[in-house]
Amino acid sequence: MKFGVVVFPGSNCDHDAWYAASHNIGHQAEYLWHSDTDLRGSDCVILPGGFSYGDYLRCGAISKFSPIMAAVKKFAAEGGLVMGICNGFQILTECGLLPGALVRNRGLKFICKPVRLQVGTTNSPFTSAITPGSELTIPIAHGEGCYIADDRTLDELEAEDRIAFRYLDNPNGSLRDIAGVLNKERNVMGMMPHPERATEPLMGSSDGLGVFHSLVSAFATHK
Amino acid sequence: MKALVYVTLKKTVLDPQGATIARALNGMGHPEIASVRQGKYFEIELAEGTTKEQAAANLDKIAADVLSNPVIEEYKVEIAG
Repeated sequence: MKFGVVVFPGSNCDHDAWYAASHNIGHQAEYLWHSDTDLRGSDCVILPGGFSYGDYLRCGAISKFSPIMAAVKKFAAEGGLVMGICNGFQILTECGLLPGALVRNRGLKFICKPVRLQVGTTNSPFTSAITPGSELTIPIAHGEGCYIADDRTLDELEAEDRIAFRYLDNPNGSLRDIAGVLNKERNVMGMMPHPERATEPLMGSSDGLGVFHSLVSAFATHK
Repeated sequence: MKALVYVTLKKTVLDPQGATIARALNGMGHPEIASVRQGKYFEIELAEGTTKEQAAANLDKIAADVLSNPVIEEYKVEIAG
């Protein structure tokens, strides 16, 4: 399986994602430059964390217009697997691939610490290898991670089983404790916590492996 | 010709920065401040020869697609002579 990790000016978790996919999962991983228009045969595109375009205007607001995003949107529309982590999640909401928005943390502070999550659904290519209902410890690192959407959207997400992860001790004020969501077709997922930063014991947790293993097995089944 | 674009959070969206500013002002001895909402203001210089109608149509689209996020924000465009 080949992972494509998009690099925007200001991305800073691109190497972490590449390292997790290649070293810790043992699959092929390649960087994709933001001004490219070709996903180079990626089977899963990762939009990594960081501060793309310096978070100017709004987090993810400028990135959505970069040439690679047109290719990512097309790939997603054709059923391709797209995962946005942290800033990647913000980009996915800005460009409309995922509903809602991420705004300033309720307590205004940037928070960088491991948090406890509960898997919201295992019915997705991003979570299928995780034991249903299990608790994971995965780090967050964000200032704008408070997930908001109108009540109708939130109800729809719950009714359609599209909440991928929930916080057990909500750190940022996210509505309904949402830490990660899926699109309607379940091939696009965004989450604020960093699964790539929890993929080997040295990192303090290997709970993020479940996300990558899910992707690998989803790809193997659909190939 | 200049265009002014105001982007503000929708009333339904919590503004923790505005709330903090209001609390600070109250603490500084301004009990008359009931609440503060923080937003963004853009000053846009238009190239010579642009007509007001052209500018109005384009800026509405720019404000909707780029300068604001319709999920959380509202905007107002003013074109100043």
